[in-house]
Amino acid sequence: MSTATCSLLRMSVEEDRSFELDDYAGPVARWCPGCGDHSVLAASQRLLREEQLAPEKTVFVSGIGCSGRFPHHLGTYGFHGIHGRALPLATGVKLHRPDLNVFAVMGDGDCASIGAGHWVHAVRYNTDMVALMLDNHIYGLTKKQTSPTTPQGYRTNTQPHGSFLPSLNPLTATLGITNASFVAQTAEWIPQHLQATLRAAYRHRGFAFVRVLQRCPHYTLSMFIDAVRDPDKIELLVHEDGVQVDGLEKIYEHVRPHDPSDLDFARRLAEEDSDPEHPIRLGVFFRDPSRAVYDVIRRVPSRSAGEKVELLNRELDRHAI
Amino acid sequence: MTTPTETRGDAAPAKATGRPRADAQAGREADGKIVHRLDQHIVEIVSDSGEGAQTCGKIFGTVSARMGNGVWTVEIIPAEIEPPARSPAGASGNRIRLGSREVTNWGDYTNLVIAFNEQVLLARHRAGALAPDATILLEDMWKRHDDPDILDQWSAAMEELGSADYRIIPVPMEKECLEVVDDARRGKNMFALGVLSAIYGRDRELLEGAIARRFAKKDDEITRRNVELLDRGMRWAEGHLDFQIEVPPTSDASAKVVMNGNQAIALGAIAAGLELASMYPITPASSVSHYLAEIFQDYGGILHQAEDEIAAAGVAIGASFSGKTAFTITSGPGMALKTEFLGLAIMTETPLVVVDVQRGGPSTGLPTRVEQSDLLAALFGQPGDAPHVVLAPATIEECFHSMVLARRIAETFRTVVIVLSDANLATGVQPFPRPEPRAEWQGSPPDQGAVPDGARPYEWDPRTGLSTRFIPGQEGGQFTATGLAHDEESHVAYDPQVNQRSSRARSRKLAVLQSTLTPPPIYGEGSGDLLVVGWGSTKGAIEEAVERARAEGLSVSSTHLTFLSPLPPGLTEMFGRFGRVMTVEINYSDEPDDPFITPENRRRGQLAWLLRAQTLVDVDCWTRVMAEPLRPGSIHEVIRDRLAVTGGVA
Repeated sequence: MSTATCSLLRMSVEEDRSFELDDYAGPVARWCPGCGDHSVLAASQRLLREEQLAPEKTVFVSGIGCSGRFPHHLGTYGFHGIHGRALPLATGVKLHRPDLNVFAVMGDGDCASIGAGHWVHAVRYNTDMVALMLDNHIYGLTKKQTSPTTPQGYRTNTQPHGSFLPSLNPLTATLGITNASFVAQTAEWIPQHLQATLRAAYRHRGFAFVRVLQRCPHYTLSMFIDAVRDPDKIELLVHEDGVQVDGLEKIYEHVRPHDPSDLDFARRLAEEDSDPEHPIRLGVFFRDPSRAVYDVIRRVPSRSAGEKVELLNRELDRHAI
Repeated sequence: MTTPTETRGDAAPAKATGRPRADAQAGREADGKIVHRLDQHIVEIVSDSGEGAQTCGKIFGTVSARMGNGVWTVEIIPAEIEPPARSPAGASGNRIRLGSREVTNWGDYTNLVIAFNEQVLLARHRAGALAPDATILLEDMWKRHDDPDILDQWSAAMEELGSADYRIIPVPMEKECLEVVDDARRGKNMFALGVLSAIYGRDRELLEGAIARRFAKKDDEITRRNVELLDRGMRWAEGHLDFQIEVPPTSDASAKVVMNGNQAIALGAIAAGLELASMYPITPASSVSHYLAEIFQDYGGILHQAEDEIAAAGVAIGASFSGKTAFTITSGPGMALKTEFLGLAIMTETPLVVVDVQRGGPSTGLPTRVEQSDLLAALFGQPGDAPHVVLAPATIEECFHSMVLARRIAETFRTVVIVLSDANLATGVQPFPRPEPRAEWQGSPPDQGAVPDGARPYEWDPRTGLSTRFIPGQEGGQFTATGLAHDEESHVAYDPQVNQRSSRARSRKLAVLQSTLTPPPIYGEGSGDLLVVGWGSTKGAIEEAVERARAEGLSVSSTHLTFLSPLPPGLTEMFGRFGRVMTVEINYSDEPDDPFITPENRRRGQLAWLLRAQTLVDVDCWTRVMAEPLRPGSIHEVIRDRLAVTGGVA
């Protein structure tokens, strides 16, 4: 998001209000115990506090699925939309109200299957917002159907002999879209990294796409079990313009310096992420703050009712007989 | 004066007089010409696509309106952008009905045609568009063409056209235009404009001004040459035709504007204070967005072309949720795609205006042609119980004002308002009283004040179902709008009572809106033998038919519904004052005497269906889906038929 706008916002807010975590809390979340959504919710609330975003100036938009409930558990404004369509709703909010902080929260099926068309175009619009893809590799709420990111061979209720196709790689897909400006990956079981990634995404001006790897305690718990237990299965991408968490490299020893402005290399790193033999890469793959931002391009000066009536009268005169 | 004329292609020369219609006053001589003074006349100009007939027709229509005539212009549009030359399917042009009073519809059959080749003329003949005694001005270069195939086509066409009683006058358009320009294809339209302008006595200065405006972006030489072609056409007509047609102007001197229905919707949206339009290209709705794309930003507005129809609805709903009501523009196939999002807007009580410029359906149907077949889908097309407002402008003027009304209702009632226009209004051009936009139509900027302590986002009034909307930015108003069943706090409902209560609130709002409406006015007497009920763009044709029937002494009246959901009050009582009630619509219905059709299985016109359900009156219908607007003459015949009047229409 535009840091200039944010600091202005903060200045006006800081005068008489300061926000605590409680200000961002909504009704208690009803996700299953052990669901990765809890972790992302907590990290989001910490981000809001850290950035001191006014709850009434912040909107979380979601689609359908377990992730769809996300806004319900926040103290901000929220719009729990329909399956796959969080991004058009969020685009509408930001286009009409550039003063609001906009977050879109999607699941893997939500974003990469039923909403795939919107995903491609939202990346290209590069509207200033944070887009979280909560990727547990499965349809959870509808009870274990194959999602686009389900690994090949994984048994589900719709493909009981194993998922037929190689899984879709959301990182390479996003990096392939013209005008992509921020692509990152993090994991819900590493809260410091998740937190730092959300911060980098929020501070980016443009469409910040963050894929959050997460466990579904019911249907895909085994999928990340090795990565959770064995730090060697993780590789951190670090850079001063990306994500760096002090002390994290003591646990995760595979550290790769990666300049997020290098798109070609980002694509190669992302491509290798499809390989199960390869460590999971976490960090900012790509960032280019200079790319065209749709809501900025489309911003127009507002007009008073009186001005509009005057202009309209002139326009009607052009049709006068 | 030598007057090259022919009838049926091969007939002996005859006098090139335009045919007066039965309602013409006796011709009088002026400068040796017979002048037919008429209270209305329908003229059309038709060419291959790309020969500029539409430009010619538009200028002719605009100048006629400026001269004080009632005007209704309809575009003749081929389905393709550049169909093959000289093919009937490629006929392109404009059809202009001129009147000496306000013209409310396209009328019956064309009285005078200027055609650039015999094939496009054939298209109009085969479409049954021409009056049996129409006067036809036809480019005659084809009958002397070098290509034997063209000569054969010409002869065959003349033979086919010979079945009607047309008066065909050859016009050497190509030859005349080559005196001015090297490529006659680029000049015939202005020459034709000159011919028509001489016939109808159009003002030379207004024509020149209109041409200058049309070519304002090109260099002056282009304008000069087009005016030269115009003059040449006028001189040719003065020298070779011995008739003129005079349609006196209206006596109404009030300020007027002239535009088509889609332009009126675009300007109406701006007048209504709408500041975000979101759309995906679709015929015949797209031209609304073309106009907005030109001017909307000057008004602080954004026209967003979304990646698809669904996203177009989503962006509009997201914008509405966060501030001022937004709108989306589409046609039938797009409505189908937006369905789920409309349900979300209704469920979350997010105001939204949806414009459906109807075309022929189902599926891709007839993309450029008029139909009124989306009514029931607009009303009931959303799964679940999804009460919302549907209204239909009947005139181009109403296209403008319905947007103001729609925005106000959407915000006041926190609901979706669907505005059903159609291809007839979208492309029809008509002068109408100049709207006087008001600042209060713009609505208030979104409330950004803190919400009162304890207020809830869906504080449904138990009587009215109404509640006050919270808008992001309002401190203390934070809530999550959701398509899930929810309670007053917008919390997901686990108690089944909540769904009953919230459904009641959403439904009650329609009854409350209805309580503010009045019964629709009746055209004609308040009681009688037959009441014709219509909706949307058919109003002018229905009322003209009723007027003709009443002039014959028939006891018939009509009424026209703007509100389709909720229906206006008083219909049952009104219908009771007539012996019979029938709807007239442009959608499909079974004929009662067709094979297998019984009163129980007969699929009726969509409004008839609705009225029968809501009033329990045995409402009959007459509908046609002939890819064109209804003709007053056809409706007149139906009225006579229903009232069992024998003998032809006078």
